[in-house]
Amino acid sequence: MIISSMAKNGAILTAFALVTTGLVASINALTADKIAEQEQLHLTSQLQEVLDPSTYDNELSKDCVIISDERLGPNGDQIIYRARKNNKPVALVVRHVTPNGYSGDISLLTAVLRDGSIAGVRTTKHEETPGLGDKVEVKKSLWITTFKNLTVQSEDDARWAVKKDGGQFDQFTGATITPRAVVGSVKKAVLFAQSEFDAIFAAPNAECLEVTNE
Amino acid sequence: MSELKTLYKEGVWVNNPALVQLLGLCPLLAVTSTITNALGLGLATLLVLVGSNVSVSIVRNWVPKDIRIPVFVMIIAGFVTIVQLLMNAYTYGLYQSLGIFIPLIVTNCAIIGRAEAYASKNPVHLSAFDGLMMGLGFMIVLVVLGAMRELIGQGTLFDSADLLLGPWAQSLRIEVFNFDNQFLLAILPPGAFLGLGLLIAGKNVIDAQIKSKQVAPPEAEKGPRARVTSLT
Repeated sequence: MIISSMAKNGAILTAFALVTTGLVASINALTADKIAEQEQLHLTSQLQEVLDPSTYDNELSKDCVIISDERLGPNGDQIIYRARKNNKPVALVVRHVTPNGYSGDISLLTAVLRDGSIAGVRTTKHEETPGLGDKVEVKKSLWITTFKNLTVQSEDDARWAVKKDGGQFDQFTGATITPRAVVGSVKKAVLFAQSEFDAIFAAPNAECLEVTNE
Repeated sequence: MSELKTLYKEGVWVNNPALVQLLGLCPLLAVTSTITNALGLGLATLLVLVGSNVSVSIVRNWVPKDIRIPVFVMIIAGFVTIVQLLMNAYTYGLYQSLGIFIPLIVTNCAIIGRAEAYASKNPVHLSAFDGLMMGLGFMIVLVVLGAMRELIGQGTLFDSADLLLGPWAQSLRIEVFNFDNQFLLAILPPGAFLGLGLLIAGKNVIDAQIKSKQVAPPEAEKGPRARVTSLT
């Protein structure tokens, strides 16, 4: 009696599991291409914001290396895109993360030209306080664009700090920790790109798209 | 009163999921910082609610009582995943800004509540209408709360509506006030609690007024009202 009702219920549950899983799987198959396309579009527009597309002629989003380096953040692998023109190195677009934000990690994207200067920086992901720390987003404030054309001279370049610490970057009213974290992280990423520039261009290409789950 | 009219009144006002049943508060409080986010999550919840109500109603005679809850959960989870995939594919920007709250629709008790309390006992067309009305009631509260918080917090309405509706919607953005600094309390979670509290209070005031007008024929209401969920 119990056994037969268990078997019946089990069979019904299995049938439902199969049907719902089948439905989800088929919708997944239908939308997979579109989702990949959207992610690709999103990535291309991110890259365009930090580096002018006319300066390179390769397919930037597919030319990359994946490197784990303490200067790019504590969370392991980071993607570095390589911009080339006529097969000559133009710039590196580096993803990096800083854990020093006010609440949670701040993910950044920095483009460094061959002469060591910055072509652009953008915040790609953060959890900072709305209205205070979120001014690192280009949608909220143009602060992040002040990095453009700057360069880092050395590890102890005193200008690479917020004004409160004696540097050249504005802090925000009511939020010093966020810009301090961003400035520090960009500085380390630029130093990294400067010192490893040629080595990164010499490295073999990696599968870039697999890891871009922003 | 016809069944449809009752369902409409129940969903949107008398038994509103957010204001009376107080279900689904986690997403309600978390995403209502702008109208766009509120509308996006409202629509997603509405779709899931209609879909799950219809499916639950279709299968209601074949599912034994003992295993109905796992079956409902599977159906709801399936619909949420489908909605999530569709939003990821067609409203990518909104998908990014709603983040974890789309999969969390699964945990919105209003949905399994309707499946259990209504759809599992009623025919398909009524269940579909019930889902639509409950979803609508939930969405209206989300949007009103989103509008309040966006207006007080940022001084705008329909900011970044293009994420949901496509590029043409950029022109919908209305700048009502211009603040140098945003009014943080409205944007942060406490603002959502205060806003929801005010909405519930407002609803109760209106209900009380309606009731006091109806007092005229005093013998009309004798026995206790049978509705348990709307004790507030």
